[in-house]
Amino acid sequence: MQALIDWFTALLADNTIFNAQTLGYYGSGLVTTVQLVFLSLVIGLVMAVPLAIGRSSRRRWISLPIFLYTYVFRGTPLLIQLYLIYYGVVFFEGIQETWLWVFLEDPFVPALIAFTLNTAAYTTEIFRGAIKATPRGEIEAARAYGMSQRLMMRRIILPSAFRRALPAYGNEVIFMLHASAIASVVTIMDLTGAARFIYARYYAPFDAFLFVAAIYLCVTFAILYLFRYLEKRMLAHLKPVEQ
Amino acid sequence: MIDLHGYGPRLAEGALVTLEVAILSLILSVVLGLLTASAKMSRSWFLHRLGTLYTTVIRGIPDLVLMLLLFFGGQMGVNVFTDWLYYQFDIDIFININEFIAGVLTIGLIFGAYMGETFRGAFMAVEYGQIEAARAYGMTNWLVFKRVRFPQMMRHALPGLSNNWMVLLKTTALVSVIGLSDMVRIASEASKATREPFTFMLIVGAVYLAIATVSEWGFARLQKRYSVGFGEAD
Amino acid sequence: MAATPLPLEVRNIKKRFGDTEVLKGLSLQARQGDVITLIGASGSGKSTFLRCMNLLEQPNEGDLLVHGEEIRFKQTKHGREPADWNQVVRMRAKLSMVFQSFNLWAHMTLLENVIEAPVHVLGKSRKEATDHARSLLDRVGLADRADYYPAQMSGGQQQRGAIARALAMDPEVMLFDEPTSALDPELVGDVLKVMRDLADEGRTMIVVTHEMAFARDVSTQVMYLHQGVVEEAGPPDDVLGNPRSERLRQFLAPKH
Repeated sequence: MQALIDWFTALLADNTIFNAQTLGYYGSGLVTTVQLVFLSLVIGLVMAVPLAIGRSSRRRWISLPIFLYTYVFRGTPLLIQLYLIYYGVVFFEGIQETWLWVFLEDPFVPALIAFTLNTAAYTTEIFRGAIKATPRGEIEAARAYGMSQRLMMRRIILPSAFRRALPAYGNEVIFMLHASAIASVVTIMDLTGAARFIYARYYAPFDAFLFVAAIYLCVTFAILYLFRYLEKRMLAHLKPVEQ
Repeated sequence: MIDLHGYGPRLAEGALVTLEVAILSLILSVVLGLLTASAKMSRSWFLHRLGTLYTTVIRGIPDLVLMLLLFFGGQMGVNVFTDWLYYQFDIDIFININEFIAGVLTIGLIFGAYMGETFRGAFMAVEYGQIEAARAYGMTNWLVFKRVRFPQMMRHALPGLSNNWMVLLKTTALVSVIGLSDMVRIASEASKATREPFTFMLIVGAVYLAIATVSEWGFARLQKRYSVGFGEAD
Repeated sequence: MAATPLPLEVRNIKKRFGDTEVLKGLSLQARQGDVITLIGASGSGKSTFLRCMNLLEQPNEGDLLVHGEEIRFKQTKHGREPADWNQVVRMRAKLSMVFQSFNLWAHMTLLENVIEAPVHVLGKSRKEATDHARSLLDRVGLADRADYYPAQMSGGQQQRGAIARALAMDPEVMLFDEPTSALDPELVGDVLKVMRDLADEGRTMIVVTHEMAFARDVSTQVMYLHQGVVEEAGPPDDVLGNPRSERLRQFLAPKH
């Protein structure tokens, strides 16, 4: 153990790239990435529940617009959505004179909007699939026991759909973590932004990018294990016990 | 009509670049995917581990970070390698990692991992009895693969393949970040120059949607072909 | 008109799927304490008939009265539909159904399954519903399975649990849709025993079944359906003991 610490100290002492300052950049980059991803996921999730219910509706005037929204946002690159909102805000005539500019000046806000709209579209489709996969018999039982459409949605369909959606939603969370790297393109100093900055400064691509790749890998695994744990707990009811 | 401020032809060229990158990386990813699937299914402990390591690591890192690493780091790595070749074997070659190559390599490498999972699942979905029957009629391993395993595997692989292609197509947008003049980069330049981001971004978005829609149709037809003899064909 | 209204009465039910008429005008009157068994070959329409009684299928024609209250229908471009879905919801709460494939809600424990509708449809307190549920689970022999999920129980246990869920509604009439058909033979007995007990205590039941012994011993009335019409009906001793039609005789003949 002591040898490991010695080795690590020597490594840090030897190089110019991993110093207190650059580690500080990486640290605040990680915080920005986590904030951006977490906020967009939470808002997107809240949006996706009513959207998924609407998307499953038999009334075309409700389901069709939602379908178009998810089709467009799932069918085009997130980078384009980000550019559209970022440049759209920046080049909006006169916006810089209004109070809104206080919020929008920071590229964090347009990026958050783009990411949220994107993840909401994917999550909507994940939930819709899970809602559609509700066993017919369970719906019939709910109807036979006098449940109204609304009660059935709240008590039977959604709780069982959320559980079914868990594995796919775990993938979406990891997808958003990885997709968030493009925030650096609009000058946000997220993890990738920090790596690009340090690369530009020291011209050391391996040190800069391999290091953040390792951090992303660790966060990915943490998410993976979190979801595996959640699945184990929330999908326990589907596994038969040996008798 | 929409005023493109003279950016029309360049946008069209950019769209071609996007398609080239997409198709070349698709080919690379399918080859890598088949190799990975075989490695993961092989009885060799080493190959199995190697395949698993590749798919796990690649799928845990953002596409953009990998692309930046390959683009900025790739040239350095290649230079080290060519120097070594020169000193050891007196072979003098120059390999230039430009944006195009870095983009295709990265996207191919990333989607090779996803394709590997798709193909592995599809190969395992082919009933063993089908393969046994082919062997029983005296087919060689290669013949079994060509005549029975591959065609049956494709039916199971196509949905995943189609899905990977859709994601891959959108991932090509990232090559604009390392400086390749695909349609996203040109649209981004045009947006800044004309201050009309909506015009250009919406056009590019529509082109992506159009390619996706056409491919969806194509894959549906392929699926039909490979589903001959199976109930859910139509 | 009787002094107390009948728990369930259906008149002249007709049902078409596309061009084929599967129910050609069926009627039934269930008095308090009746056990009516519907028998017939598969495709005779007996399950569809049962599902029309709580409107899981919409009959194209016919009347439906639950405890004397007539369900109102209206014509829409999709065909005939109930005029007031709230009325249907109220009606369904009085008729509880036991399904062939149990249809317990997979994400809830057995106890949660049993109290779900009493709490959320009937508005009972959770405490009251839970006490009642526990005594019902005890009755069907599943007191120790209250906290199990459906997937963790055998088919026979699930079906007995489903019967407890139906009883928890204090239903006027219980509808059984081939409750033992999906079970392994050795599990059928327990379920039938629970159903016999229910009949003995005077529950009003309508049962679609292939279990002839049950039909003979328990029912007050047997209806034999063939291609959407009632071919024979009456007390079990008459219908099963002395079948008039050749078809019913063949249907009842021991199979090889």
